[in-house]
Amino acid sequence: MEQFTGKVWVLGDDIDTDIIIPTEYLALPTVEDMKQYGFSPLRPELAGQIGEGDIIVAGKNFGCGSSREQAPEIIKALKIKCVIAKSFARIFFRNSINNGLLLIENDQIQEHVKEGDVLDVTLGEKIVHHGASYEIQSLPDNLMEIINAGGLVEAMKKRNGVK
Amino acid sequence: MGMTIGEKIIARAAKVDQVKAGEIHTIEVDRLMSNDGTTHLTIDMFHNDLKHPKIADKDKLVFIMDHNVPAENPKTAAAHRKMRNFAKEHNITLYEGKGVCHQLMVENHVCPGEFIMGADSHTCTYGALGAFGTGIGCTDFLYAMVTGQSWVLVPETIRFELTGKLREGVYARDLMLSIIGMVGANGCNYKVMEFAGEGAHNLDIDERLVLCNLAVEAGAKTGIVEPDEKVIEYVESRGRKAENLFVSDEDAEFEKVYHIQLDEIEPVVARPHQIDDVVPVGEAKDVKIDEAFLGSCNNGRIEELRVAAQILKGKKVNDHVRFIIAPASNEVYLQALEEGLIDIFMESGAMVMNCNCSVCWGSCQGVIGEGEVLISTGTRNFKGRAGHPDSFVYLGSAATVTASAIAGKIVNA
Repeated sequence: MEQFTGKVWVLGDDIDTDIIIPTEYLALPTVEDMKQYGFSPLRPELAGQIGEGDIIVAGKNFGCGSSREQAPEIIKALKIKCVIAKSFARIFFRNSINNGLLLIENDQIQEHVKEGDVLDVTLGEKIVHHGASYEIQSLPDNLMEIINAGGLVEAMKKRNGVK
Repeated sequence: MGMTIGEKIIARAAKVDQVKAGEIHTIEVDRLMSNDGTTHLTIDMFHNDLKHPKIADKDKLVFIMDHNVPAENPKTAAAHRKMRNFAKEHNITLYEGKGVCHQLMVENHVCPGEFIMGADSHTCTYGALGAFGTGIGCTDFLYAMVTGQSWVLVPETIRFELTGKLREGVYARDLMLSIIGMVGANGCNYKVMEFAGEGAHNLDIDERLVLCNLAVEAGAKTGIVEPDEKVIEYVESRGRKAENLFVSDEDAEFEKVYHIQLDEIEPVVARPHQIDDVVPVGEAKDVKIDEAFLGSCNNGRIEELRVAAQILKGKKVNDHVRFIIAPASNEVYLQALEEGLIDIFMESGAMVMNCNCSVCWGSCQGVIGEGEVLISTGTRNFKGRAGHPDSFVYLGSAATVTASAIAGKIVNA
């Protein structure tokens, strides 16, 4: 099973799509242009601080709101390795898989983790934090196949031998 | 084993006799709607990512420009041009500036029993006509556009058994905000919200649209009102067929059943920045407002405009308030003109805009500035939704919004 380590950014409940990427920046030509505004209504400095492989830990209903696919795309463009939340809003969940963004559901870790902490994640098994271990479920194989390919379009190409 | 409305529609779309919650099915999509929020992205993927792109069935597709019409900057104009050209090239039905996408779909396309996907979260609106409408992103849209199919995880159904009637001065919007306040912003995550019972049948189509439209704000995959004679009448009066009116079987399985007495509902507002922070209007009383908005796919229909006009007639919008009104479609606008409602709005000092997503989407005209307060009939009150990140959006009914626009502060109508 894939294993990785990442530094944590802590966010709260109901992080909506308009916080992840406000409407006014959706007209920018590319996700690369937009990503500096990620999470700006809540924490304008955050997008500049996030480093490659970092992990977001959030509360319930992460990604609620609009169907804008730029939301998971921006989190990916900021090179976040995965989002761990108590629960995810359904359209966001689907869009994340389609764009190859890894999501992990866990509702215990939030009360222990502080910003800047480091988590060791073993996919489909556990998250380890300060020596304590939290069990996580794995996504079904077909969804992991899409994530690992980098999204639905890439997975389609791979499956059809285009790539 | 009996099935719920949602399960029956999925079974029909999957061409199987029976489905149950938790199963994953491949389905034929009856209709696909995409608007100018993301269609240009879908078109880019269609051209750049696929080797031999083609459209499965262009007659299933509807493209609607409503989010930023007319274009407010050259980037949007370019996105619109791309959408217009693509629609022309592939002979796809296109509406430009004719109204908010969900209103146009309901007026012109949606039929009961259909499974409809839309690249917009409020696609759940179509449940008012007994259809299964659900929002998707543009990658899912691309897949469905090219293959004609998609996959669904069959959701559990939560039933809202409604009894009685709403009291005078209380609206479907108060009812739905109250329900969201009760279950929470993710209280129905991935579920179908089914509205049934004698109270649901007492609601007219416009009121059912209000309920279903906000289902996604409780996290639901869709909201569906048990279809009846009113649905048949609405659909047939518009020259369409009402063939598949599904109701839940008596032995259908519901995850939960809520009983709601409609005459107990009172006027409410949702406070910034959570849609489930719902309180009686009195508790937000005297909050000063800078702007009021009447419109959107939730609340810009003729019935709401009539409520507003009745309250506004002979009165003036407060000097310190901009009152912005955007009828949900051209049909609504023309009807309002015919009934003299637009005269009343103009005479009162309100600004009547063209038919688009307007203030609700925070990217058309009417955005609010730093520290400003908006009371709105829009769909969301997220932080920054209607403009500056440090601004405040209250959600209320057309009556509450209009009365507040006159008072300059939040008041009961």
